Amino acid sequence: MFKQIKIKKNTGLLWETIKREFKHDQVAAYSFYSLVAFLLIIFIGAAFVPKNMYVDVSIMDQYIAPFVDGHLLGTDAGGHDVLIMLLVSTRNSLWIAIAVTLLTLIIGITFGTITGYFGGKFDLVFMRITDFIMILPVLMIIIVLVTIIPHYNALTLILLMSAFYWIGTMRLIRSRVLTESQRDYVKASKTSGTPNLVIMFREIVPNLTSLIIAESTLMFAGNIGIETGLSFLGFGLPAGTPSLGNMINEATNPETMTQRPWTWIPAAVVILFVVLAIIFIGQALRRVADKQQASL
Amino acid sequence: MWKVIIRRLLMMIPQLIILSVLIFLLAKAMPGDPFSGLIGPKTDPKQIEALREAAGLNDPWWQQYTHWMSNALHGDFGMSYTMHLPVSELIGSRMINTFWLSLLAVILTYLIAIPMAIFAAKNEGSWKDQVLLVYNSITFGIPAYVIYLFAIFVFGFVLGWFPTGGTVSPEASGWLAELGSRIYHMILPATTMALLGTTGIFTYLRSGILDEQNQDYVKTARAKGVGENAIFTRHIFRNALLPIAANFGFVITGLLGGAIFAETIFGYPGLGQLFITAITSRDYSVITALILLNGVLALIGGMLSDIIMAIVDPRIRIE
Repeated sequence: MFKQIKIKKNTGLLWETIKREFKHDQVAAYSFYSLVAFLLIIFIGAAFVPKNMYVDVSIMDQYIAPFVDGHLLGTDAGGHDVLIMLLVSTRNSLWIAIAVTLLTLIIGITFGTITGYFGGKFDLVFMRITDFIMILPVLMIIIVLVTIIPHYNALTLILLMSAFYWIGTMRLIRSRVLTESQRDYVKASKTSGTPNLVIMFREIVPNLTSLIIAESTLMFAGNIGIETGLSFLGFGLPAGTPSLGNMINEATNPETMTQRPWTWIPAAVVILFVVLAIIFIGQALRRVADKQQASL
Repeated sequence: MWKVIIRRLLMMIPQLIILSVLIFLLAKAMPGDPFSGLIGPKTDPKQIEALREAAGLNDPWWQQYTHWMSNALHGDFGMSYTMHLPVSELIGSRMINTFWLSLLAVILTYLIAIPMAIFAAKNEGSWKDQVLLVYNSITFGIPAYVIYLFAIFVFGFVLGWFPTGGTVSPEASGWLAELGSRIYHMILPATTMALLGTTGIFTYLRSGILDEQNQDYVKTARAKGVGENAIFTRHIFRNALLPIAANFGFVITGLLGGAIFAETIFGYPGLGQLFITAITSRDYSVITALILLNGVLALIGGMLSDIIMAIVDPRIRIE
């Protein structure tokens, strides 16, 4: 009974602190509002785009300049309207980043909490393994796997990215759980016979909420960069699934880059805008997390 | 001291074995083998099959692995499928380019990041500090390749201030002109990389200075009447550099790894660009060699970092 009340009070407090921080940090507040508005436009807009508008190729409409023939931002190499492509690409890229962030969070929090809580030999072995994965040339390995995996699709990309990028989250959570398990409330819980699983996931993890929220926003920005970067190189989302990276890929041809900048600049600007907004929000959230950790 | 180094060297052996087995298995999953590079329009398939048999490609995998490893240790990675050159030769020629670009980028990074961190720490909490903090969190989070693209678009193509590809212009004659042209080709990529790469050094050095400032030994020095400048350069700064030194091994080996995005976008023929061209043409012997190279470099980097730390921080040696 008492525990429940404590947790509720904490989350309520967290909301208050976040609101206060956003009131104080105008840049973060404006980033938040404009990002929400932008996401609404993207997701609602993209839902109304019929599939043939970004799948069918019509060479006749290739590289039409902006404001010509009703194409507000012109058309790309496949004759698709850049504005339409932008809607669908942004939605796809965001979905991938959201999925990867959630997956890495789940894996990272689970393993991080278990290793940090129990410690000992298991923790030591696990840390050696993650040390090792961290020195691997991950980007190169992902690119190779993308080229050799048969029936490669968006889901494969999500799983591939998550398979390598959960380690950062895991190590962060582990180090926090390690210090958290030394606290009195955990010791008290242990002596009163609370099962370990309950202590870990109902008592320790909720206390790390603010940290997890802050880190996951910044991870989300990072994942957008990784996915669009891979797609830009041609090893991300498969052709036929538009991504902001695929759109920017037009810039690899010097002639297209200079003569037809409308094909790639809009996508690049969208990435910069989204990532910047997330960074500003994430910074404010991180300050909240620091305050919360200090007050606990 | 020597104990630390020898122990660290021994630790690397199992790591190297695991790394090489993983990469070997990855290489086995790729189509083709080291002899595909020899296949031309006039080669007899039977001859290739004989070569394969002779090289033991029909042996069980652990025998193939030991064979592959001993070849790799002798610097033999087979032939490039598409360029019909020994892989080691191809990598060697590209590695020099990568080395110079990375070296310039690293030097510029330190030249920008260290003064920035000192300046921010000295103005802690003021708007100057805030601006630098925001700058570094932006450059850390933003996808670098987008900035590279804008850099080459604006400064390379639109303004035409810098070349848009290659390492040296064909007109340059004489070593001085050639050197000048080489540096000229590296300025734009190296500066952009340096401007985006300051975050790690900046964050560690800034918080290092802030932590060390309040230590007792600083108060002692001040009480003794040591000048403020001497306190900073000889006491605070030296200790604040420790966390940066901890990373220095990776910096050294990173010079040879190749930057995939920067080299591809700036058209700079280094190892990163080689990796992308190799993977687009499915040149698997080159790819395997490059991944192995990067993995081994990271292992050596970790080892060097530990050894450097043991040299600069005597407290570590006791453990």
